Amino acid sequence: MTLPKEYLEYPLRRYGYDHDLYDWAMMPQRKPVTWPNGAKIAVWVATELEFFALDQPAKPFKAPGGMVTPYPDLRHFTTRDYGNRVGIQRIWDALDRHKIKSSVVMNSKVAERYPYLVKKINERGDEIIAGGVDMSSLHYGGMDDAVEATQVKTATDTLRKLSGQKVRGWLSPAKSESFNTLKHLVANGLDYVCDWSSDDMPFEMRAPGGGTIIAMPHSPELSDRKIIIDNKHNEDEYVEQIQDQFNWLSKEADRYGGRILSVPLVPYISGLHFRVKYLNQMLDWLASQKGVWFATGSEILDAWKKQQ
Amino acid sequence: MKSDLELYDYWPYADRPKIVWPNGAKIAFWVAPNIEFYEANPPINPKRSPWARPHPDVVPLATRDHGNRVGHWRMMEVMDKYKVRGSISLSVGLIEHHPEIIKECVDRNWEFFSHGIYNTRYSYEMDEAQERAIIEDSINTVQKATGQRIVGYLAPALTHTERTMDLLAEYGFLYTCDLFQDDQPQPIKVKSGRLISMPYSLEINDIIVYNSYLATPRRYGQMIKDQFDQLRTEGEKSGTVMCIPLHAYAVGQAHRMAPFEEALEYITSQPDVWVTTAREIAEYYYENYYDVMQADILKRKAG
Repeated sequence: MTLPKEYLEYPLRRYGYDHDLYDWAMMPQRKPVTWPNGAKIAVWVATELEFFALDQPAKPFKAPGGMVTPYPDLRHFTTRDYGNRVGIQRIWDALDRHKIKSSVVMNSKVAERYPYLVKKINERGDEIIAGGVDMSSLHYGGMDDAVEATQVKTATDTLRKLSGQKVRGWLSPAKSESFNTLKHLVANGLDYVCDWSSDDMPFEMRAPGGGTIIAMPHSPELSDRKIIIDNKHNEDEYVEQIQDQFNWLSKEADRYGGRILSVPLVPYISGLHFRVKYLNQMLDWLASQKGVWFATGSEILDAWKKQQ
Repeated sequence: MKSDLELYDYWPYADRPKIVWPNGAKIAFWVAPNIEFYEANPPINPKRSPWARPHPDVVPLATRDHGNRVGHWRMMEVMDKYKVRGSISLSVGLIEHHPEIIKECVDRNWEFFSHGIYNTRYSYEMDEAQERAIIEDSINTVQKATGQRIVGYLAPALTHTERTMDLLAEYGFLYTCDLFQDDQPQPIKVKSGRLISMPYSLEINDIIVYNSYLATPRRYGQMIKDQFDQLRTEGEKSGTVMCIPLHAYAVGQAHRMAPFEEALEYITSQPDVWVTTAREIAEYYYENYYDVMQADILKRKAG
């Protein structure tokens, strides 16, 4: 029993990180920021519109929410499709009650398959964030670089062409990246990326080969998928955790400057008939708090950038 | 493989010699923040893969980094508020990566113990020289950075070999946090020297509670209070030890902070509790109880 000697060698044991994607900095070292109208918390609602193909490959892994049973898994295929038809409308209705604009993370395949959704998003003034091609087209360490380049370009070009929007943000399918993903995002003119939840505030990331992009806080811990599906907490407990997050961030905002609350929503989860009532309760509560700024990802990015 | 490493003797909970902690306390309470570094692209141990997805496994990697960038401050400020010093389970490599965190802990007179070099390098399959190397690296690196000679150990990611406990005793460690057989310390059977098991508890560890038991934050707060109440009651017969093992990347998420703060507020406002560190518990135990307990264990074993 012995391990190769490299297992006890640490060539990257150094100040900061063992990668060059971003610099190390602790929370109290950040420059305080202020939000419009003196708001304490910028709240951004990020809704995901995903296409799960019936022949979704399992390599190198299956994106969460993907097919489960042997082919053809109509059960999960149609359940996910329900979100893109019915669930999303319920979420929009809930947001409309408070005139909240959403940031919509969209697979380009969804835009191609359902032009209605693109039209509706533009009418509402929602922002489109590129969510990759579809949930079969993962980005992952060790993948072919040319394939990844094509995936990023296809997704951003298609969404830009079909929506007419600038499309400045990116969220990878399953929030999975290779070590080269940022390089392709920069090459395609993307301004921010939502995969890296390393911080409660935006921070600059370095693309391999040059260029920078901003990481936007988008909390996997607070997503409806994590709390309701993975953790199996009930809807009241979901609302309570969003409230607790808001309350704690508000206290911090008093000392350290403006904070960001991300509300990741999946339409086939939060847009269900028995569940949307709680989404409404949560949004009602947030809207009744003092010092809330409902904004899109780009609006938060621009406000933050101006103060750096 | 063996059916039992025979690290300790069976020792019934009832009728043990009575432990009384300093100032007549019935329960010794300590908090163990795990301050960990996870490598983005670590080498692979044949027995365990550090990440589920190909590297970089962005979501868990970034979540752990959030603990160091953001969560640590929250946890530390709340501990300051209730005057709880941490006993840090440290990925020793973090000393080079994030010295700012180390400085804050040194300034607060917190205790450090080793949790390996990285939480992405496991002890499985190490030969004796390799396991000695990580122990010596731990002792020397922490000593140089903090002036402290570490006396405690929690194997990296809880990965052990058959010889781990013998090596710890040989290197003069006072306690191990790796064994969960009891709510009181117990002498461990080692080849040379002395070693005790320090109650650390996986059951109330934030990672286990949040990621395995999938508890809500408020339930976690209640569990901490309930555990405290039970162990304090039992501590009237013989003093108990309660540890809350924490990870800033779990407990330090904003939505989990309030219930944790309430639990700390509750515990530190109670009578009969000794709020302390693992080292202080171990030193007190060696001075006052090690021999008594060892004799009781042997007496009971003999029937």
